[in-house]
Amino acid sequence: MSQAATELIRISGHAGTVPGAGLNREFQVCKLVDTTTCIGCKACEVACLEWNGYTFSETTFNNSYQTMPETAWNYWNLIKFNEHEREDGTLMLLMRKDQCMHCEDPGCLAACPAEAAIVQYANGIVDFQEANCIGCGYCMTGCPFNIPKFSPKARKVFKCTLCNDRVSVGLEPACIKACPTGCLHFGTKKEMKELAETRAEQLREHSGYREAGVYDPPGVGGTHVIYVLHDAKNPELYGGLPKNPQVPLMVRLWKHPLKWIGNFGIIFGVVGVFIHYLRYGPKVVEGDEDKGHGAKP
Amino acid sequence: MQESRRDFFKAATVGMVGATVFGFDLKPAYAQLKELKIARAAETRSTCPYCAVGCGVLIYTIGDRAKNVTPQVIHVEGDPDHPTNRGTLCPKGSSLEQDMLNPRRLTKPQVRRPGATEWQDISWDDALNEIARWTKKTRDETFVEKDANGHTVNRCEGISFIGGCTDTNEFNYLVVKAMRGLGLVYLENQARV
Repeated sequence: MSQAATELIRISGHAGTVPGAGLNREFQVCKLVDTTTCIGCKACEVACLEWNGYTFSETTFNNSYQTMPETAWNYWNLIKFNEHEREDGTLMLLMRKDQCMHCEDPGCLAACPAEAAIVQYANGIVDFQEANCIGCGYCMTGCPFNIPKFSPKARKVFKCTLCNDRVSVGLEPACIKACPTGCLHFGTKKEMKELAETRAEQLREHSGYREAGVYDPPGVGGTHVIYVLHDAKNPELYGGLPKNPQVPLMVRLWKHPLKWIGNFGIIFGVVGVFIHYLRYGPKVVEGDEDKGHGAKP
Repeated sequence: MQESRRDFFKAATVGMVGATVFGFDLKPAYAQLKELKIARAAETRSTCPYCAVGCGVLIYTIGDRAKNVTPQVIHVEGDPDHPTNRGTLCPKGSSLEQDMLNPRRLTKPQVRRPGATEWQDISWDDALNEIARWTKKTRDETFVEKDANGHTVNRCEGISFIGGCTDTNEFNYLVVKAMRGLGLVYLENQARV
């Protein structure tokens, strides 16, 4: 067991106290992706694979520069390309680095039934603990960004760790370090938020992108990966970034009210049976005894 | 009180059911952080061999340079102290580890004969001899001493040379000397495309 225990603020499928809840004053980390200066070079993709030691997967071609249709269990970081035709007929090649958003209120963690298979550290990183994962795939249902991916070989689910091994010793994530245009930034959530707002304002005032803005969706409590978009009103253009991501209602219902109603149902059912037994005794079918006796002469 | 075998089973069953229902578990439900794979690895400064930008890279090898360790590259990343790239790397530079580790990299010369579809292995000696023979033959056949206007040009139009972006300055100097000596005019570098 490592020092990490006291840095936990959320644990999946865990009844009881959380070691680090309310104790830790660690700063919140954040990645900022400025989609307006991304050139789609994919250095972040390669750096991610290299650091995490995954092999280079088979790529697919679908009339764009995109490496594959979506992230995979061993491909956590993918630039999504979209050729967007604007109203005036001009084209824009939109590029967005797709990876785990590290939500403040993670849907994967809410949906996970396995104890401590998904944890959230005080610095905001949402991390999968594959040793505890049972491979049920509920996290995939709970995630509004379609990020956790199932590995058929390992029978477990994997996703971006925000390089918590690097971040925990004070380094930046591998993707951030590699980015040659400097469109990826890393720092505290507060600093990144300020930087993003400054950049968005710059775009609005000097570059003619009137709808430029910051993507930090409140539906999942804010994220630890935020974007600067040319058109913050239409995030769907950027490879299907959801406009208002929410943890699915079914996951919310099922993990909170339904879970408690179910638990009460089971307990009161057992208690009820016991009380019924005390009050009325065992069930006796009328005429049973007579027949029983009747068989014997 | 003497406990019967039946009493013992009853107590054990009740205990187990209780433990299951009330969630008794000895294992602490804590997370295990992944360890930094380069924490004490030997760090070596180098330069990316690809393009003319010349980014600085850090090459991490296992061991701490102790005498009995055979170093093996485990990671390559940008050098934050290098003035050119300040830690960043392009996708090719980011994949530098594969320059050392990829099992598909070529480690010996190969030849594909005219019309053949397969590459075959060839020894260095045979390869060099063959290159020399073909170079001489082609040069003899295509050498131009005088152009249409009668000017002396002494050039060889039948051969061209293409260098790679991983070539060093010293290598390029020698190549240009040697190729100009043969009379070549088409000298190109892949890094320019």
